[in-house]
Amino acid sequence: MDTAPLIISLKTALVSTFFTFFLGIYAAKFVVNLKRGKGLLDAIFTLPMVLPPTVTGFFLLLIFGNKSLIGQFLKTFDRSIVFSWEGTVIASTVVAFPLMYRTARGAFDQMDHNIIYAARTLGLTEHHIFYKVILPNCWPGIIAGTILAFARSLGEFGATIMIAGNIPNKTQTISIAVYTAVQAGNYDLAYKWVIVIVIISFVSIAAMNLWNTKQSRIVTNKGGI
Amino acid sequence: MSLYIDIKKKIKNFNLDVKFEAGNEVFGVLGSSGCGKSMTLKCIAGIETPDCGKIILDGRTLFDSENKINLIPQKRKIGFLFQNYALFPNMTVEENIAVSLKKRNDKNIIKDKIKAFYLEGLEKKYPCQLSGGQQQRVALARILVTNPDIILLDEPFSALDSFLKWQLEQEIIETVESFGKTVLFVSHNRDEVYHICNKIGVIENGYMEETRDKKSLFADPKTLSAALLTGCKNISKVRRLSDNNIEAIDWGVSFKMTREIPENTAYVGIRANDIEIIPGSDDNGILIRCNVCRIIESLFSNIFVLEINGKESIKNSGKLRLEIKKKDSYDYINKKNIKIRIKEEDLLLLT
Repeated sequence: MDTAPLIISLKTALVSTFFTFFLGIYAAKFVVNLKRGKGLLDAIFTLPMVLPPTVTGFFLLLIFGNKSLIGQFLKTFDRSIVFSWEGTVIASTVVAFPLMYRTARGAFDQMDHNIIYAARTLGLTEHHIFYKVILPNCWPGIIAGTILAFARSLGEFGATIMIAGNIPNKTQTISIAVYTAVQAGNYDLAYKWVIVIVIISFVSIAAMNLWNTKQSRIVTNKGGI
Repeated sequence: MSLYIDIKKKIKNFNLDVKFEAGNEVFGVLGSSGCGKSMTLKCIAGIETPDCGKIILDGRTLFDSENKINLIPQKRKIGFLFQNYALFPNMTVEENIAVSLKKRNDKNIIKDKIKAFYLEGLEKKYPCQLSGGQQQRVALARILVTNPDIILLDEPFSALDSFLKWQLEQEIIETVESFGKTVLFVSHNRDEVYHICNKIGVIENGYMEETRDKKSLFADPKTLSAALLTGCKNISKVRRLSDNNIEAIDWGVSFKMTREIPENTAYVGIRANDIEIIPGSDDNGILIRCNVCRIIESLFSNIFVLEINGKESIKNSGKLRLEIKKKDSYDYINKKNIKIRIKEEDLLLLT
């Protein structure tokens, strides 16, 4: 069995989770602090989660396609997002982003406001409050979001195939390999990839649960002696 | 050291309109839930912004809508003790106390505070591992490290059982005395306010009435809300019949008074323990015959729920509540009818 799809999948998922992690947290921070237009921005950020992945992929083609502004610009460097590995990363990032954004936002919203107010009256800067008070207390939610985002990017299919296509050794991830195998009637290969992806997904979710119980014991235990 | 505040803020259907001045003292803000007490503290701390007005602390303008001054909370030098103490759950006791210090190696200040607040041995514990009392001490220590110009206490005892409350009250009084600057204490509990504060302002529906010395406020409340908040249990609407005559409508009784009744008197009140039961045919004061509806036994006293004779009162408001020490009440416990006396000087004339 050629391991290329596994390597591509893992590489894509890891890189896109890295981007999603920061984008999701900062988007959530931005929206939480927003005074006006919260609902609209929230809807836009959540859209990739509810749209059919092929539609998301279609939009990505419009934005990054060779005829788009970005596509034209990249063409001058002789590069293209379409049918490239970078395309799989972009597709996975966009599709997984809402999961990270929403869980981070939920964690920020649930944060006890008095703790933030107390931090302000104690003279801590907003920067300090975010990194030393809000983030550490929201870790369980953020980690949960990260693992969900990772699992989602690992399983991404629709948007990826729209923008990056199905090129073996380049853009063929596990989920696309399964599709290709079934199309070709090669059920043995499909089974193998299915087992691999089930194991990876299962382990990530189990790891998330383990981490969450451990973390929430430290942060949210409010009982006295 | 003094605080001057005069602010207005509109929140949906609620209008906050607060004005008072507090000196080097413990100033109590007494009010029922949702009256705007906490909002007032938040405006002082800069967490909320008033629509207009001024807040001046020791000559420093914290907020002035006319001159567009609105200091951020970080610059106000205010110590805010939240009801749930708002300790940082991810930091140890030591880290919580040291959080505002710029120089992390300033170990002496932290050590002093840990000693002063009896927190030795707990330095490495997390807030969730502390008792309520210890949490309050950490919160106070954390505030005092910043050397604030004023301390705001927002209902610090309202979620505690009565024993712990007493203990924490003592600790707060100790802290507040050694602090020596302005302290605002907000509560809906008259006992707490009476224990801790010297001057008291009553706030009702977002509006602050005149501030007064605690003794005179409790002895002679001028308004309905002040009477209720200071624990007056019997209130009746009144009709002013003449300069010296009023009728308590809910009770169906008229009172003739030697003092002149102010024109704007709208209610009359009598405290439950100011009503006397008269055994024989003593005719001094205003005597009223009553039916005993119910006797409720408290720990140290009995509460008689009375209905004035000849009055068809169905509503609870028409009933009188009389509180008497248990040992004084034995003669009356089995009686269906009793005679009570309300002394003129005990009648509270309220606007």
